[in-house]
Amino acid sequence: MPESSTHPLISSLELVGRSTVKLIEEAGYYSALLVESLFWILAGPFIKRPVRISSIFSQMMTMGIGACPIVFVLSFSIGVMLAIQMIYNLKTFGAESQVVVGVALSVTREFGPLITGILIAGRTGSSLAAKIGTMQVNQEIDALRVMGINPVRYLVSPALCAMMIMVPLLTFFSDLAALLGGAVYTSIEIGLSFDAYMDRTLSALVIADVMQGIFKSLIFALIITLVGVSNGFSVTGGAEGVGKATTRSVVLSISYIVIADMMFTYFLNL
Amino acid sequence: MTNNNNPAIEVIDLVTHYGSREILHGINLTVNEGEIMIIMGGSGSGKSTLLRYLLGLGIPTSGSIKLLGKDITRISNLEMNQLRQNMGVAFQGGALLSSMTIGENVQLPLREHTQLDETTMEIMARMKLEVVNLGGFEKLMPAELSGGMIKRAAVARAIVMDPKLMFFDEPSAGLDPVVSAKLDELILNLRDVMKMTIVVVTHELESAFKIADKITVLDQGNILMTDTVESIKNSDNERIQSLLNRRPGNDEVQADEYLNRLTGM
Repeated sequence: MPESSTHPLISSLELVGRSTVKLIEEAGYYSALLVESLFWILAGPFIKRPVRISSIFSQMMTMGIGACPIVFVLSFSIGVMLAIQMIYNLKTFGAESQVVVGVALSVTREFGPLITGILIAGRTGSSLAAKIGTMQVNQEIDALRVMGINPVRYLVSPALCAMMIMVPLLTFFSDLAALLGGAVYTSIEIGLSFDAYMDRTLSALVIADVMQGIFKSLIFALIITLVGVSNGFSVTGGAEGVGKATTRSVVLSISYIVIADMMFTYFLNL
Repeated sequence: MTNNNNPAIEVIDLVTHYGSREILHGINLTVNEGEIMIIMGGSGSGKSTLLRYLLGLGIPTSGSIKLLGKDITRISNLEMNQLRQNMGVAFQGGALLSSMTIGENVQLPLREHTQLDETTMEIMARMKLEVVNLGGFEKLMPAELSGGMIKRAAVARAIVMDPKLMFFDEPSAGLDPVVSAKLDELILNLRDVMKMTIVVVTHELESAFKIADKITVLDQGNILMTDTVESIKNSDNERIQSLLNRRPGNDEVQADEYLNRLTGM
């Protein structure tokens, strides 16, 4: 390894270089994990090494159904919050009744997937990292490997399947909850009836608006799973290592989600 | 005790690295079928590393490892998977999956590698749990068991596929003498009754001398000696003797000096 320079400019350049290499290395690891877990999902049944359906369902229960109450509460609040802000803004133009269109579009295209993604990153991403990290520390991963059970097939593939199914569903659920929140507040504040609100929402939305949100949520599900499990697998150094990996996976997946959201929103609206 | 001279495990010139540091410097080791081989050595001697490579958990820098006649550094993943059904491993901490009951843990290899029906798997798991004296514990979670019980349950899981090769990592570490003696008994039974070839990594001298057919002493990544218990005991190698005599050395207590130390005089 070449000696590091003491010149501040050179050493900061070197730092940039090193972090870039690390980032690329990590991206490579994510892709390898993705390819391997997709391989087991698709090819597993043909080589008599299937991904267990029961495992997928139990993960869908804990990751998806278990998250419904909190998704509802947060999304409902976001809906109310959006309605408050938009009515305040639109008052300037005397166009309060346009709040329906504003809430409908921003919820389905942006806030539904984003709030679901952030919530699932905190809830499921961290639990994936902690679970796999603990297994790594306790040699359970080694035990799986020596039993001839591929850890990626056993641990990652079911989680990936469950996430790819449940996160879009949760996002749709979140859309509905947020629209409900907007409707409730609007009916109280400017006296628009619930039926009229829903009617106008439906006429303002096209399928593409909802699909854009759902598509983004698929990307988020992928990010959360890969970041969570790869941080779990790379745990070293006991319980403290598990804690670090858990924190890191939450911070990283939320950051990646927000950045990916920005990029996909840009490209999907060209 | 050796039944015949077919090697079950053959390690040739094994060199491994951790990062850029060389850990094992050309290990040669042969374990014959039906033999109990003890790998001994102090901390940092490379014995855990050697075990990891024997289990196929690492890719060596050079050299070859033959298990049951197959070179695990060269065979395909599929072949390795088949070979693994003939290997059982009892890890130091048990390494039972904490999200499953003891019974489900023991059934796991059957569930993954065989097409047996549920009832058969349950019965087989119970039989193996009986072998390790844990009959009736299959509904409990690993967290509800003591350290010794977890280790025995791990043995049950390791032998559920009736493997030909069995590896133990520090079987008696952290166990009281009685439980540890029972585990030694179990290891001897596995060899005699089930005709397994067994590799045990340990630094517990007493248990090593009791169960070993042969002992390999590792030191700083090299093999000092591989021989029978008697020859190891009679070896004039200084490092082996210091390893063997560490405990007797500590036992020589000078009563007066000891009292003085306790009373702080």
